[in-house]
Amino acid sequence: MPGVSMTVNGKAVSGEVEARTLLVHFLRENLRLTGTHVGCDTSQCGACVVHVNGKAVKSCTMLALQADGAQVTTIEGLAKNGELHPVQAAFKEHHGLQCGFCTPGMIMTAVDMIRRLPDLDETTIRQQLEGNLCRCTGYQNIVKAIHAASLEMKGARA
Amino acid sequence: MYQFNYLRPKSLDEAKKLYENNGDAKFLAGGQTLIPTLKQRLAQPTALIDIGGIAGLAGIKVAGGAIVIGAGTRHNDVAISADVKKSIPALAHLASHIGDPAVRHMGTLGGSIANNDPAADYPSAVLALGADIKTTSRTIKADDFFTGMFETALDEGEIVTEVSFPIPEKAAYMKFPNPASRYAMVGVFVAKTKGGVRVAVTGAASCVYRESAMEAALAKAFTPDAVANIKVSPGNLNSDLHGSAEYRAHLVTVMAKRAVAAAT
Repeated sequence: MPGVSMTVNGKAVSGEVEARTLLVHFLRENLRLTGTHVGCDTSQCGACVVHVNGKAVKSCTMLALQADGAQVTTIEGLAKNGELHPVQAAFKEHHGLQCGFCTPGMIMTAVDMIRRLPDLDETTIRQQLEGNLCRCTGYQNIVKAIHAASLEMKGARA
Repeated sequence: MYQFNYLRPKSLDEAKKLYENNGDAKFLAGGQTLIPTLKQRLAQPTALIDIGGIAGLAGIKVAGGAIVIGAGTRHNDVAISADVKKSIPALAHLASHIGDPAVRHMGTLGGSIANNDPAADYPSAVLALGADIKTTSRTIKADDFFTGMFETALDEGEIVTEVSFPIPEKAAYMKFPNPASRYAMVGVFVAKTKGGVRVAVTGAASCVYRESAMEAALAKAFTPDAVANIKVSPGNLNSDLHGSAEYRAHLVTVMAKRAVAAAT
């Protein structure tokens, strides 16, 4: 089987995979990083969003081998020194989750959108969330949490 | 997915050789259509040749009155490009509405037009702007490129390397997206160019096409009213669970009218 190496959450990892192994399965099954979820498996729901070389992608629609040599960040890599990432903290504060299944993908998408678009308003947040589905329909508080986190992170940069 | 071999060439020459030596191989660019297709077992290539990492295939430049975009350029990079936004804002707008942000980080221009999905966005821009498609062996005119449903003029093993979009006087793209997939139920790209007005329609039929009655009317007067009363025949249009051919025919006129009004 082909070998694959990448950096996941700052740690060099490698393994052997079938060519058809998806990135999400490599993360979940080989590395046991089960925070990244498989929801629809058809690139619509966004539960599998991770960052590859700093960009949000759907890890169910990417081969593990495509990420060979890449820097990958999953939901497990956001908190630093036991402190939640500001987006994670905002989801907790604003009750941005109900069942929690979509949450890892929502948060990874949120971190990516805040990085790309520092001046987020509610309309933009909703547009940018079009690739993430919440079956609890808890969007109100998800949007609120992302907005709050974006303001806080902007303040921290200033 | 069925089993396949994964190959990652470093150059286009190497990609071509791998294609010739690997039976029923397919090129993989961003994979945002190909991987879902493989997951559904709708294709069974012996090998995937990943051209996503070939240096020089991605990039945007302004040259000779045109915007030249490398085939490996991701949708998001077109959407946020200052050059594209300045010269052909309609093209940046189109790219910013393909799929969703994560899909736009992976999907490529070359992949989209080589696949020629009947509801894809990019083919309408390529056709309406009268772009030139440069490949590993020649340059193909937009009018000759899209030949049918998922069919193009590309030969076996031929790879799109860049697309040159002549800068129009005015253009706009209006799409009525399917609310689930974001693919175009109907998308209309209108361009007022030096060579005349061109109107390309995607999503409505089995392949992107030009609406010649609208082009003639807009050549006389480039106003929304010029197309408002043009009835599109539903004869060759798609009918499916998302909408009837008659509904799509109606949408073509509505989207064309809005595109003309929005053209900048």
